[in-house]
Amino acid sequence: MRLAILASLLPVAAYAQPDPADWDAVLDEARGQTVYWHAWGGSTTTNDFIAWAGERIDEEYGVTLEHVKLTDTADAVTRVLTERQAGEDEDGAVDLIWINGANFASMKEEGLLFGPFAFDLPNWQYVDVNGKTVTTDFTVPTEGYEAPWAMAQVVFMHDTADLAEPLGSMEAILDWATSNPGRFTYPQPPDFLGTTFLKQALIDLSEDPSVLAVPVMESDYDAVTAPLWAFLDELTPHLWREGRAYPQTGPRQLQLMNDDEIDLAISFSPGEASTAIANFELPETVRTFVLDKGTIGNASFVAIPYNSGSKAGAMVLANFLMSPEAQLRAQDPEILGYGTVLDMAALSEEDRSAFDSLALGIATLSPAELGQVQDEPHPSWATALADDWQERYGTR
Amino acid sequence: MDRSLNLIAVTIRRAGATLLSVDCEIAPGEVLSVMGPSGSGKSTLLSFVTGTLAPAFDVDGSVLLHGEDITRLPAHCRRIGLLFQDALLFPHMSVGQNLAFGLAPGPERRRDRRARIEAALAEVGLEGFAERDPATLSGGQRARVALMRMLLSEPCALLLDEPFSGLDAERRNQIRRLVFDRARARSLPVLMVTHDAEDAAAAGGRVLRIGGEDCG
Amino acid sequence: MHRSVWGILPGALPLLTLMVMLGPVLLGLWWTLAPALGLLSEGLSLGPLRAALAWPGLREASLLSVTTGIGSTVIALAITALILAGWSGTRAFAVLQRLLSPLLALPHAAAAFGLAFLIAPSGWIARSLSPGVTGWDRPPDLLILQDPWGLTLIAGLVTKEVPFLLLMALAALPQTAPGRSRNVATALGYGRVTGFLKTVFPRLYVQIRLPVYVTLAYAMSTVDVAIILGPNTPPTLSVQIVRWMSDPDIGTRDLAAVAALLQLALVIAAILAWRLAERGVAFLGRRWIESGRRGSAEGAGRVAGYALGALSALALVAGIAGLAVWSVAGLWSFPSALPDGLTWRSWQRHGPPGLEAMGTTLAIAAIATAVALVLAIGCLETEERRGVRPSRAMWLLYLPLLVPQTAFLPGVQIGLLSAGLDTGFGPVVVAHLVFVLPYVFLSLAGPYRAWDARYSTVAATLGAASGRVLWRVRLPMLTRACLTAVAVGMAVSVGQYLPTLLAGGGRVATLTTEAVALASGGDRRAIGVWAILQTGAAFLPFALALGLPALLFRNRRGMQDG
Repeated sequence: MRLAILASLLPVAAYAQPDPADWDAVLDEARGQTVYWHAWGGSTTTNDFIAWAGERIDEEYGVTLEHVKLTDTADAVTRVLTERQAGEDEDGAVDLIWINGANFASMKEEGLLFGPFAFDLPNWQYVDVNGKTVTTDFTVPTEGYEAPWAMAQVVFMHDTADLAEPLGSMEAILDWATSNPGRFTYPQPPDFLGTTFLKQALIDLSEDPSVLAVPVMESDYDAVTAPLWAFLDELTPHLWREGRAYPQTGPRQLQLMNDDEIDLAISFSPGEASTAIANFELPETVRTFVLDKGTIGNASFVAIPYNSGSKAGAMVLANFLMSPEAQLRAQDPEILGYGTVLDMAALSEEDRSAFDSLALGIATLSPAELGQVQDEPHPSWATALADDWQERYGTR
Repeated sequence: MDRSLNLIAVTIRRAGATLLSVDCEIAPGEVLSVMGPSGSGKSTLLSFVTGTLAPAFDVDGSVLLHGEDITRLPAHCRRIGLLFQDALLFPHMSVGQNLAFGLAPGPERRRDRRARIEAALAEVGLEGFAERDPATLSGGQRARVALMRMLLSEPCALLLDEPFSGLDAERRNQIRRLVFDRARARSLPVLMVTHDAEDAAAAGGRVLRIGGEDCG
Repeated sequence: MHRSVWGILPGALPLLTLMVMLGPVLLGLWWTLAPALGLLSEGLSLGPLRAALAWPGLREASLLSVTTGIGSTVIALAITALILAGWSGTRAFAVLQRLLSPLLALPHAAAAFGLAFLIAPSGWIARSLSPGVTGWDRPPDLLILQDPWGLTLIAGLVTKEVPFLLLMALAALPQTAPGRSRNVATALGYGRVTGFLKTVFPRLYVQIRLPVYVTLAYAMSTVDVAIILGPNTPPTLSVQIVRWMSDPDIGTRDLAAVAALLQLALVIAAILAWRLAERGVAFLGRRWIESGRRGSAEGAGRVAGYALGALSALALVAGIAGLAVWSVAGLWSFPSALPDGLTWRSWQRHGPPGLEAMGTTLAIAAIATAVALVLAIGCLETEERRGVRPSRAMWLLYLPLLVPQTAFLPGVQIGLLSAGLDTGFGPVVVAHLVFVLPYVFLSLAGPYRAWDARYSTVAATLGAASGRVLWRVRLPMLTRACLTAVAVGMAVSVGQYLPTLLAGGGRVATLTTEAVALASGGDRRAIGVWAILQTGAAFLPFALALGLPALLFRNRRGMQDG
């Protein structure tokens, strides 16, 4: 009795550093904890998936999950930053963040993350470390500070009612847009997906995309990006609304397609189109394609802030998200349609066949059709391209 | 016992300038009419006597009622009744509730209070009006209710602020007579502020002119 | 004994109220700006300021904020005045009032979404006319939404501002005795509109001046409406600030803080300009009144006012109806005027969490509003009893409404965290109070001060102590004004996004935080469900504010006016 009171008075000392290598201890500590997962809340399907994950880890591990629905991942980053400014180092509001790219780079650089933990999670054994880019995030090594939970790759969605054949390159997209003015657009940078379009275009147009792996500061920015601006200068007048307005987010762009305002759109999830069709969010005539030279791929991660008060619970959740059970559900096009981060060869026979028997979805390309996965450029490129774009096209 | 209303060496100033000076005694049943042009401070004088004068005014002198100095008493402890030009019946209450509001809370029962209210209404020819909405009454009826509401609070003196100017000529006489009669019947000292010479004449008492002229 | 509580509190209460309001704003401003300007560490650094000034879109973004803000406020005020002038006291007016008042409760984001779906080239209007009337089998490439001049944004703001200004005006109207003035003016041969504009409006405007400034400040710094309806190349300054705030590059947060300061300066400048313009208009107005002209465009003004008011109400109603249809829509593609199929799936998904959030939302709103009402009445009553004129200091109450939220809320969060007070229900209520109190005060102060104090004198001479006067006479007579204040307060609370997010650490889920999060995804079905729940939460108090006095005072004709 007395001890229990004492223990409750000293939660900080007791829970300061849960060691993921001692997984049983983590599980013990996690029981009864509440994990506030800050994740973008703009997608009904993702929200449903997260709610399901919450039910499962409650049943299995006694961990309560609260989904804090963000409009922007940066809100969570700001929150942690603010907490450090105010000296809240022990029980911050954020326990887990859905994160990648520039936000991860920022937080890691600022020392705002707990870890390394990812490589010690029990389910890491199933992760496809060699075949998928799960240990680097936009070229920045994760070093175990974030755990992957979904694979993403750029695909283009096209409404076959108006645009029957896939387009193999940015040049082809430009040609099509020129002869079909007003039927294509992309989310406005610095929106994540919009910036991705810029990167994809740059990679497809450059002679040697490998220069993008180094930070902007160390390269000849003007020369490297010249083909991109030439391309956009030509494309913009033929965009939806002649480039005088852009959809603000990926889902807004999806809506334009559903409203038949556009026929071609970029997506960062090969399964998104199928899931959207199932949810009446896209016409049934929509299909996807990738570029001939391949498209950018990356992983979605979860990271734990340094000041989370429920690190053990957060790790239990991160581990659960990498489990075959959760991965299988995430890949189901009826549910989420996200690519798995797991290595099929590492799975049990049973799990493997479950993945095999998963229908792809009406508009989803098979792994073979998805073709070459291109690496993300260094995160500094995203920032530089988005800033430059805003100056050129965003403030006219 | 002295049942008069005394204003002793009362001087009201605003921002250093003297607005008016009054020194007078009003005997029980007597009506003192105060006349003067608008802006002469007639209503200010009434506010001072009722105890609702804004702090912006400086006042010397004192008010005695029944020989007791009430200058520092809050308005609701002074037992001074007041009638305005408008009846100012509380619009959210029935006629009966308006009267009950003035009725001092006493030991008597609910039924007795109600009986007193009915009696008061009957006294001014408004039998059975207790449940009525004040907004449905005529101007004369409202004035009578306001009078009885005031009288039920058992004041020791009566102040009238242009009380009859809102009424048409015929009603005016009627109400005027009613008010003065009731006041006299209860031996109340009455201080009336008016700009209507006819009111002053009807009151039949002394007339005090302020605003330029000295007071008597 | 008559002074009891008031004897001790009168000085303290307004002071306490001011502290509740001002403390967060000033501390928040400091905590936001000081780090950005390097005032806490290495000394003043102007880097972020220079960066903000060097942003190529600054001129246009600022101009947009000013034009959309002033434009929408002028139009909304004009429509409000014309409606009141032409129709107050008529049956048609009662209809319009019933229609408009609840729309005030409509959260801005939901209203903007509804409107966007209505007027987009692929929207409801286009759908119902296509392909039959228009011949479009796919939507035309027209820049209606997000036009570079901000016209759609202005229209969207106007539709939301008219109900607000109208309600504020209605709360103040009885005190200007419009019926009497109208009769006099009519007797002198003035038409309805001209008579009202010449006799009642000048007095009315004085009473609703602050709400007008608040409207102006809001319109200039709105974020959610501007994102949905406003231009984006560049956006308005406030939207750009939020973009900078959410940039992954942590350094741009300083840029955002500095830009928020610029935004504040813009708002102040606009209000000063408005104030100057007031004088000009007053001067011209007096000449017009003295000219004795009876007005020629009487009928046109009357019709225009009503038509525009009705149009804005209908647009909002149709927008919400559109969202309601979306909430049960299966596949619904252009140019079908209605969905191909109906499904309850969206309600099954979002209904249960929605109801839970609604409980939290209403609890927060009720507590914050109750506290605000007590503080507001306390201040006004103190002012009254001490016989002081409305103190100039009380203007400071409106600071939270005039200072852009982005300029001080991040700092408030730091403050709460430093005090160990953040995250949870309590801090959210306090944060809401900061925004609810000014609105409650705003809607109550006019009627409260304009209340005929002779009633209070009469009651006192009848032997009622000041407490009894307050409870038995003043507050009952001001029932309508109090309930209106409550309704406004609750609607404001229901609509708060940023304060809820920041003070709650994301852990307090209200209808608005959930709806805005979903809105970022643009799933119209989900937005439909949440927007309708949100509207319901804000609508309830309005229904009470309108219905309760009518019920309570059904036999009191003197309480019906206004």
